Amino acid sequence: MDLKTYTWQGYARKNGKKGIRNKVLVVYTVECASFVAKEIARLADSKDVDVIGFSGCTDNDYAIRLLISLIRHPNVGAVLAVGLGCEYVQPEKLSDIAAAEGKHSSWMFIQNEGGTRKTIEKGLGLVKDMLEKLKETPRVEMDFSDLIVGAECGGSDYTSGLAGNTVVGAFYDKLVEAGGTAVFEEIVEAVGLIDLLRSRAADEQAAREITAVYDKAMDYCRSVHQYSISPGNFVGGLSTIEEKSMGAVVKSGSKPVQGVLKVGQTPEKAGLWLLDSTPDPHWMQFGITNPNDNEGLMDLISCGAQVAFLVTGRGNVVGSAVAPVIKITGNHHTYQKMEEDMDFDASEMLRTANRLEPLALALAKLTADVCGGQESKAEKLGHKEYFIPYKYQDKPAKRCGGQTEDAGARQ
Amino acid sequence: MTEKKQTEQTAFQIHRQDNVATALAPLSPGPVRLTGEADQPGLTALEEIPDGHKIAVTDIRAETPIIKYGIPIGTATADISRGAWVHLHCMRSNYDERSSHLDLRTGVPTDSEYL
Repeated sequence: MDLKTYTWQGYARKNGKKGIRNKVLVVYTVECASFVAKEIARLADSKDVDVIGFSGCTDNDYAIRLLISLIRHPNVGAVLAVGLGCEYVQPEKLSDIAAAEGKHSSWMFIQNEGGTRKTIEKGLGLVKDMLEKLKETPRVEMDFSDLIVGAECGGSDYTSGLAGNTVVGAFYDKLVEAGGTAVFEEIVEAVGLIDLLRSRAADEQAAREITAVYDKAMDYCRSVHQYSISPGNFVGGLSTIEEKSMGAVVKSGSKPVQGVLKVGQTPEKAGLWLLDSTPDPHWMQFGITNPNDNEGLMDLISCGAQVAFLVTGRGNVVGSAVAPVIKITGNHHTYQKMEEDMDFDASEMLRTANRLEPLALALAKLTADVCGGQESKAEKLGHKEYFIPYKYQDKPAKRCGGQTEDAGARQ
Repeated sequence: MTEKKQTEQTAFQIHRQDNVATALAPLSPGPVRLTGEADQPGLTALEEIPDGHKIAVTDIRAETPIIKYGIPIGTATADISRGAWVHLHCMRSNYDERSSHLDLRTGVPTDSEYL
C-alpha cells in the first residue's frame, strides 16, 4: 500500500502546524518547582497533560532553546510554566512565547502564589481550564507529507543493524518519497562513514555541514578517548565502532541528506535530515554527548518530530513527553519477552527472505495508526520521560536555503 | 515462508559484497545455512561462534578489510579461514585503538587500572 493513501485527523495549530496529539504542557523552570509541576499534572489525571522542565537554577542557552522548541511543538496546544521565583529561567517569557504561537498559556511563581498547596490548587484549575479549551481545537486532515519522524537506537544488539534499523531505513525512504520529513541522529555513531554520508549530501551546503559535524564528533571521540561503544556491544558480537556505526546509519535509509540540524531546529523543508546532538567545543569543554536514550528522543522531538522511533535490540521501556514513541526491535526474543512494551517486531527480516518491503509497509501502517490517535505501548503504560541537561551548542546558524526558525510565528 | 527446524544453523549476510555473516544463534562446528544477500547457500563453521557474532564467509588475508554492510568495518589482524569466528582476536578497528585492549569473551577493557 502506498504511503500516500494514508490520512488521519490531526490538530490544527494557530501557527499553521499540525499536531497528532493535543497536549497541555506543564513546564518547570528549576528543580525547586518540579514537585509542584508534577503534582499539578498528576492531579489533572489526564493522558493529555505532560510535564517537562529544566533542573538548573543558572540558565543555559541550549536548555532554554530546547524548552522553547517543545513549547512550540505541534503536539502541544497549551502551556503552563511554573517557577519558584528566584531562578534564571523565566516562566513568564516561556508563557509569552506560547501565547505568540497562538497557544493557551499561563505562568506562576510559587513564591508569589504562597507556597506548594496554593500553587498546585491554582495550577490545577488552570490546567483543567486548558483541557476544556483544547476540546475546541479544530481537526485537520493529515498525511505523511505533514509528518516529521525522528529515529534513534538504544540498547542495541546485533539485530539492530541487521533488522530494526534496516526496516526503519526502508520506511524512511518511503516517507521521503511521500513528501514527509525524516530525522536521524547519533553522528558519534557514524565513525568511518564520512565518505558514505558525504556522497549522500543533497547539495554543497549539506556536504559542508556533514563534514563539519563529522569532524567535530571525531574530535570529541579522540579527545575523550572514548567511542560510542560499550563492553556489552562487544559481547553481543559487535567488533568495532565502524560496525556499530554502520548498523546505526542504516536507519537513515538511502535518500539524500538535506543538511544538519542542531537541537531545537525545525527542518526548513521536507526530506531526510541529520540531527547533531554532540556538544560544540566550548570553554566548559565538550560535556557529554547524549547521556541517555531519553535525551536523544527529546532532541528529535525538539526538531518538530510529532512521533519518534526507538529501535532497541536488548529492549527498552521508555516513552517521552510531548510525542508518542514507537519501539521497534529486530530481536524476536526481546519482542516476546517484553511484548507489553514493544510496538513492532522486525525480526522476520532475519528469518525469511524478502521481508524488508512488507515490514517497512507494516511500520508505515502502525505509524499512521499512532498518528491517528492509537496509543503506542509506552503511552498505554503512561511513560512520559524527558531529559533536559546543561549542554553547550552554538546557536543554529541561518541556512542559505531558508530560515532556521519559525520566524513567521515569532513575536 | 516455512519455520526452520530448530536444529538448522543459520547466519545472516546483509550485503552481497560482505566477507562475514552474523550468527542468528550460537553456532557449533558443522554446516551453516546462509540467509540474506549471500551468493553461496552455506558453509561449514570451523569452531564455536556465539550468538550475534560474525562468521567469515570467505578466506580473509591478514591486513585486508573485514566487510559488512558492503563497507569496511575494520582490518584483519591475522589470516582468517572461511567458517572461522571473526572478532577482537583477529580484527581491529581502523579508528578506535581501545577496542584492541578488550577481553575477547567479556568485552571488558584490559587497559583500565582499578587502584
